[in-house]
This record gives sequence, C-alpha cells and structure tokens, in this order.
Amino acid sequence: MSAATPAAAASQSVLDVTDFSVEFRTRAGIVRALDRVAFSVGRGETMALVGESGSGKSVTAYALLGLLDAAGRITGGSARLEGTELTSASPAALSAIRGKRAAMIFQNPRAALNPIRNVGKQIGDVLRRHAGLGARAAAAEAIEMLRAVGIPDPARRAGAYPFELSGGMCQRVMIAIAVATRPALLIADEPTTGLDVTTQAVVMDIMGRLAAETGMATILITHDLALAAERSGRIAVMHAGHIVEDAPTKTLLLYPRHPYTRRLLAATPTAAGNLADLRSIPGNLPDLRRDDLPPCRFAARCDRRLPACEAPMQWRELEPHHRVACWNPA
Amino acid sequence: MSDTALGHARHVVTENPVTGFALALFILFVLAAIFGPSLVPYDPLASDTANALQAPSGQHWFGTDQIGRDIFSRVVVATRLDLGIAAASVALVFAFGGFAGLVSGFFGGWVDQVIGRVSDTIMAFPLFVLAMAIVAALGNTVPNIVLATGIINFPLYVRVARAETVQRREAGFVDAARIAGHRDMGVLLGQVAPNIMPIMVVQMSLTMGYAILNAAGLSFIGLGVRAPTPEWGIMVAEGASFIVSGEWWVALFPGAMLMTAVFCFNLLGDGLRDIVDPRRRT
Amino acid sequence: MSGQIGNQPTPPEAEGPLLLDIAEVSKRFPVGKTGWLSGKSHSLVHAVDDVSLTLARGETLGLVGESGCGKSTLVRLLARLTDPTSGSIRFGTRELSAIPAKDFARDPDRARIQIVFQDAGESINPRFTAADAIADPLRQLQGLTGDTLRQKVEEAATLCGLPLELLARFPHQLSGGQRARVGIARAIGPRPDLLVLDEPTAALDVSVQVTILQLLVSLRESLGISYVFVSHDLNVVRLLCDRVVVMYLGRIVEVGPARAVFDAPLHPYTRGLVAAVPRLDGVRADALRLVGDPKSPIDPDPNACRFHGRCPIGTDRCGVEMPELRRFAGGRQAACHYAEEAPA
Repeated sequence: MSAATPAAAASQSVLDVTDFSVEFRTRAGIVRALDRVAFSVGRGETMALVGESGSGKSVTAYALLGLLDAAGRITGGSARLEGTELTSASPAALSAIRGKRAAMIFQNPRAALNPIRNVGKQIGDVLRRHAGLGARAAAAEAIEMLRAVGIPDPARRAGAYPFELSGGMCQRVMIAIAVATRPALLIADEPTTGLDVTTQAVVMDIMGRLAAETGMATILITHDLALAAERSGRIAVMHAGHIVEDAPTKTLLLYPRHPYTRRLLAATPTAAGNLADLRSIPGNLPDLRRDDLPPCRFAARCDRRLPACEAPMQWRELEPHHRVACWNPA
Repeated sequence: MSDTALGHARHVVTENPVTGFALALFILFVLAAIFGPSLVPYDPLASDTANALQAPSGQHWFGTDQIGRDIFSRVVVATRLDLGIAAASVALVFAFGGFAGLVSGFFGGWVDQVIGRVSDTIMAFPLFVLAMAIVAALGNTVPNIVLATGIINFPLYVRVARAETVQRREAGFVDAARIAGHRDMGVLLGQVAPNIMPIMVVQMSLTMGYAILNAAGLSFIGLGVRAPTPEWGIMVAEGASFIVSGEWWVALFPGAMLMTAVFCFNLLGDGLRDIVDPRRRT
Repeated sequence: MSGQIGNQPTPPEAEGPLLLDIAEVSKRFPVGKTGWLSGKSHSLVHAVDDVSLTLARGETLGLVGESGCGKSTLVRLLARLTDPTSGSIRFGTRELSAIPAKDFARDPDRARIQIVFQDAGESINPRFTAADAIADPLRQLQGLTGDTLRQKVEEAATLCGLPLELLARFPHQLSGGQRARVGIARAIGPRPDLLVLDEPTAALDVSVQVTILQLLVSLRESLGISYVFVSHDLNVVRLLCDRVVVMYLGRIVEVGPARAVFDAPLHPYTRGLVAAVPRLDGVRADALRLVGDPKSPIDPDPNACRFHGRCPIGTDRCGVEMPELRRFAGGRQAACHYAEEAPA
C-alpha cells in the first residue's frame, strides 16, 4: 500500500470522504441511497453518524468497506483511508483492508460470530491472517484481547462458543476481533441496539477506552441521538442520503442549525422534558427512487423553506468545523 | 395483496421464462383433460386390427397399437384419468397430511409424537412397495389408487406443514388472536393455516409429479387401472414388448406424455416457490 | 366458562378503585428435562417470582427491567395468555388466576384486557388487511357483523389517527407508524379497561415514536383506560407513566412514582439502570456501572438477593437473606437491605 498522502498526514485525518454517492438498482427503479456524502474522521476521534431508518447511515458504512450487495454501486466521489483510495480498490485489496486497517462491528453480534468455533480461535484467526502471528502467539494474544475488552477470566472464556455467551459478551468479542489488528478505523453499526442499557454502557466504555489508547478513529452509527451525545466528539446528521449537518457534539446539541437536526432533537425524549413538549417531524422521507428528487431532500418537510432551496445543495461552513447543507439555517 | 402478488407473479414469469413455459404446459394439460375426449380424432377404445401397429403418420400422428387403436387419441384421453387420480390423491393428502402437520406443530406434546411416529412408520417402507401393498390388499380400484398415492405422500405433507407451523406458533399474531378471543382451533385454522397455505400449494404442485408417476407406475405393474382403459402407465407397459421388434411409438408417446406431465409440475412447483418466497419479493 | 360472547363489564363503582391487584404471583418453567424414565425432578426457571402489584383505575404503570427480568412473562400472566404457577390475579372484583388461559379466550372479561404488541408488523397476521385485523376482536368478542362492525372498525381507526383509506392495506404495505396505529386500534376496539403496552414504540424512529406516545396519552384521557406500559426506554417510561415497577431476575426490586424513582433511585440496581441511560447532556463522570451479567434464573438460591454478586454495595448479608420489598415514604417500595443508604 502507498504511504499516506502529505495532506492526510498533516491533518491527522484517517478517513476522508468526499462527494460519495451510492445507488441501488431495484425492480422499482434506481434508489439514490447516498448523494455526495462528505466527512472526515481524525485519529482518535469518534464521529457519530446519526439518522432515522432509511437515512443511509448503514449504507455509508457498507459502501466504504466494499460490502454493498450486488444491486448497489458507488457512482461517484472518493473515500481515502490513510491515503488509500477505497472506491477504486479491487475486491482483493478491500478484503485486505477490512480486518486489518479498517474493521466493522454490527448489530446482533451473535449472528456475526461463527457458531461452531470458540471465540479464542476466532480472534486468533484474524491475528494469524492479518498480523502474521503463529498459532501459539495468536492464541496468547487472543486471550490478551479478551482481557482488553473487559471479559472476566479471559483464559477460560477463550474456549467458549458464542451461544454460551450473553449478547453483551458477544459484542465484546466482536470488538476484540475488530481491534485485534490495531485498525486505523473502526466502524460500529448500531453496536448496542438490542443490548440492555447497562450492557450498552459497558460496551461503549470499552470502545471509548480502546479508541483513546490506540488512536483508532471510530464511526459510531446510531439512531439514538442521546447515545451519540454521550459517546462522540462530533456528530454528522443524515437525512435521506444526505449529510445535512456536521458539527462538534456540544455545538450540534446546543446550537443546531439545520431544520432537520432541530426537529430530530425536538422529537428525542430527554430526561427532563414533558411528553407534550416533544414534537414529531411532519411528513415522510422522500421516495429516493424519484427522478425529480429536489436538491434539498428535506425541503418538502421543512418550515424554513425558501425559493433559494431550489438551488443545488451546497455546504456552508457557519463556524469552523460546523457545516450545514441548508440555504436558510436557523 | 392480489395486485402485488399478481405483479410479482408476472415478474417471476418474465424473469424466469421456464416457469412461463411450465404454466403454458399446465394449461395445455388441463385443457386436454377437460376437452380431450370430445376433440380427439378417433375413439380411444375402437380397435381396427387392419391398421394395427402403424408407425406415426398424417393419419395417426402417434401411430397405432397392437389392435389398431389410435395412440394419439388414447394418450390425450388418458390425461383426464391420470391427472384426476393425481389431483384427487394430492387433495386428499393435502387435507389430511396438512391438517395433521398443523396440529402436530401447533400443539406439540403427545399429538406431535403420535403423528410423528405414524409418519416415520410410513417412511420406513419403500414407498412404491407400500403403495403396491395397499392396492393389492384393498383391491384394484381407482379410489384405492388415490388412497395409496395419498398415503405414501402423507409424511411429506406432515413435515412441511409441521415445520411451517412451528415457525409461526410463537408469532406475535398468534398471541394477538388469542387476545382477540380466538381459541386454539380458531387460531390454528383462522390464523396459522392461511399463512402456511402458499408453501402448501407449492408442495402440492411438486407432489403432483410424484403422484402421476406413482399412479402410472401402479398401472404399469398391473396393480392400477385395467386395460382397455386408456392410461399412460398401462400403455407404456403394453408398448414395452414391442420396442424390441421396432414398434417404438407404442410405448414412447405415452411415456413421453408421462414425463412431460411430471416435468411440468416440478417446474411449476419451483416457479411457485419463487413466487411465494418473500425473500425474492424485494 | 360462560358461553356468552360480549363484554358485560361490572359497573366500575361496584369494583372499587383498584382495577388490577396481583398478589404473590409466580411463574416457573421446567427446563433441562432429565427424561421421564430417570424420574428426576426438573430444574425450574423462576421467570416471575413472588410478584405483587396493583394498578388503580386510570393509572399508567411502567414496567422496566433488562431482558430476562421476567417482564414479558409478567405481561403474559396479567393478560391471561399464560397461567401462573401460584398467586392471585384480581381484576376488578373477579379472581382470574383460576381461569385457565385457554378458556379465557371466551371469557366475558377477555375484551376488558387487551394488549398492544411490541412489533406491530409481526403481531398483525400478514394475510389480514388492517381492517380485518381491527375487526377480528370486535367480531370474536362482541359478535359484531356487517355495518355495525364496519362502523366500529372505522371508529377505532379514526380514534387512532389511521386514515380510512389505509384500512384495505396489508401490513407490509404500511409504514412502521401506521402499523403501530393498527395495533393500537385493534386493542382499543373492544374498549378494554386495561391495556398492556408491550414496548409499543421499540421499533419506531423517534419522530414517529412521539406521535404514537402522544396518541396513547390522548386515548388514555378520552377512553379512561388504564395502562401497563412495558419498555426498556426509561426516558419514555418517565414521560408516560405515573408509577414504575423495576424488575430484576423475576422479582420486583423497586416501585414508586416514576419521577421519584428515576431522580433518586433507592435500589442499587435502579441506580445502575438510570445511570446507564444515555442522555443528551452528555455522560456523567461519576456514572455507576453495572458490570457482569445477571445470575442464572434456573433454581436460584431462595435466600440470596438476586442482585447479589453484581451489586456494587452488597454485603455478605445479601447472600444469606433475601431482602423483602419494604415501604418507604412517598408511596415507594424497594427490596434492598441498604435502601436507606441511597444517596439523595
């Protein structure tokens, strides 16, 4: 692999995504799932990709790592992982990148683990394949990884099969597999959906600690704005295949500028509010198969719409590190 | 639903022309079964010894047999009987096997044990030999052929219906139905049964092929329909002895008809499976 | 069993203020069958253990706890979908625990206890239209047919904000929010007195969740229904519920007014649960973490606190003496020897 470009090295950016677009061909037409998505994640940074179902947050992750199914394809843009272009990489090259330089964990960890191999071996597999360790060294390192993700009695648990472990334990094993090769980037796709809140807290603590220790960049994909608020340094809000707002977490929560972000916040049950204070978001996601999708895909649901909104979507940097794709931000 | 199911069916047929072909064949067979006897050029039973063992020609498309009967007419007329036996046996086993599978999967416990052991017992026999034994014991009549063909397919229906029912026994809509005041039988017949119906229809189409083959097989070995009734199995049996002497058409055409019918139902079953499989409905 | 079909509620004034009074209810399931030849007794999963709770008319009771805490089993018990191993379930003036679940389907009180299920998509028969689904309990429980039935279906749909033109659709043709409305319309059709809401918004996006929660509040006001609201989302429970019951491994560990319980939990488990809930105002540095997993629910030690071993403040006493649910000021209860030491 080529060395990092000077620009990327200078900005300490691990992943740079620009104008990244993805389409799915279906019987009912072409779904424009992602449209010119752009963001970057720096070393040690945790960025949350937040949105409701159908916003394209998971598609972003899958497309970046070359895991789209046959109907999907990247139609434009660039995604550079430490300087390596992912969009033009061959399947073999992507496969080498996955698991070594970029790792991913999923919702429902038990389904993602091999049911008939014990977890120690599954962690060892990754180490042998991507780190070139021998069988014995891999087994020892696997136990260390289990210890690192806070699994008690790791030497014994290494011999356990996924069905013998709780959901939270399985997700910790997934994290151990993901970080075993010290990847530069970890994509966590709804990693705690389906886990209990107490387990979620523990799993998120572990992910945060590992990121801090190793300088790994993390993309946390979640529908839960409160989880993103607690666990990320920056939040990018997605709506219908667009990133509509991208800002440091505190800024985004205190001074949301995009109308959709404001709506999303107003709909999130917080610890303090009354039910009557919550507001739903009017309308629905636009049909992404339409040929005449408006430049702003939120326009039809937006109460701040202007004639200018018919103009092509454009990023506006309101303050340093606070971008909004809106002609009339609040 | 009907419009989307129809649209999906149209899509499957256009995407997979083999299914369309099978459907066309199926329609042809059904038409032959209904109208065949009134359309065929000759009386299928009328012998004409002067014209015995004629090779296929413009006059006799499929030739004539050893007593001069028109093979084309006989083959077409036999469609009604062969398909009739198969359809009746499939309907029979669908009703009993399907219900047994539903009950077995839904209630579990001893009911499941008993039905499971009965199925296992049937499966323990070579199925064709079992069918032979049943017909031999009960008598050589069309209803007994139907019964025998149904019995040997029973375990298959029990298994499919049971497996599909077990999957849905814990479904949310089953609890919802109880909350809505349905008792067990109401839940079973009103809620679960309609949900396993599509897969059972696929099963029916797939087993139609076996049923046709089984009925013809019984007739072939003399345990089924008797001569001179036109029936594919008997015709193949009668024609078999003429193959060595070069009169191949006597056995070939009924045999080909049999093969086409089985082939048609198997293809149709595969196509139907694609239509009802929700994983393909995206 | 009564042969009657239809809902003939006892007049509320004759029933007193309590709609539901559950006392010492337990549900145990046999596991690890040892075989009928060996004659050994089964191990038992204590899914619900010695649970007592009450629900006043018009009240909304929240039921929270982690997976495996027994809340689903408790829901099935009080909705009379399954029979308790022991204990009493009083509904109004009637004792329901003795009526077998399979006969309760035709009981006159069936219509008075309804459920809104977790996954509306899964709980609507895929071969039923929305109208069929809403009509089903009305037909079965109240014997309605024809125009009366149609009128009642449309009335329920309208109450739930479901456009009538969607009634002809099948579940897969509806959005998640619309399906949730169908599930609610079906449940309120027979005009129940008690509605059990089993995670009704768990599968919904926040923007849709808001409208469904607000719909539930307005139905509670207009129809005077009492709710048992089961959820793992403490923020939602806090918004909707008057009182909350916290369960851990089959037992109730804390009961009290929702806001009081969440603002100042008495039980260490509740404290851990509340601390683990993500908040928009960011993670707290002093947050309490519950590490480890719950103990096995199979044949638990009857003399040990179920939380012992995972509890941050437990002592040896907790391993030998099961804490009883004790009363505290403000209508609160907690099952912890050290509840008095809770930080204010």
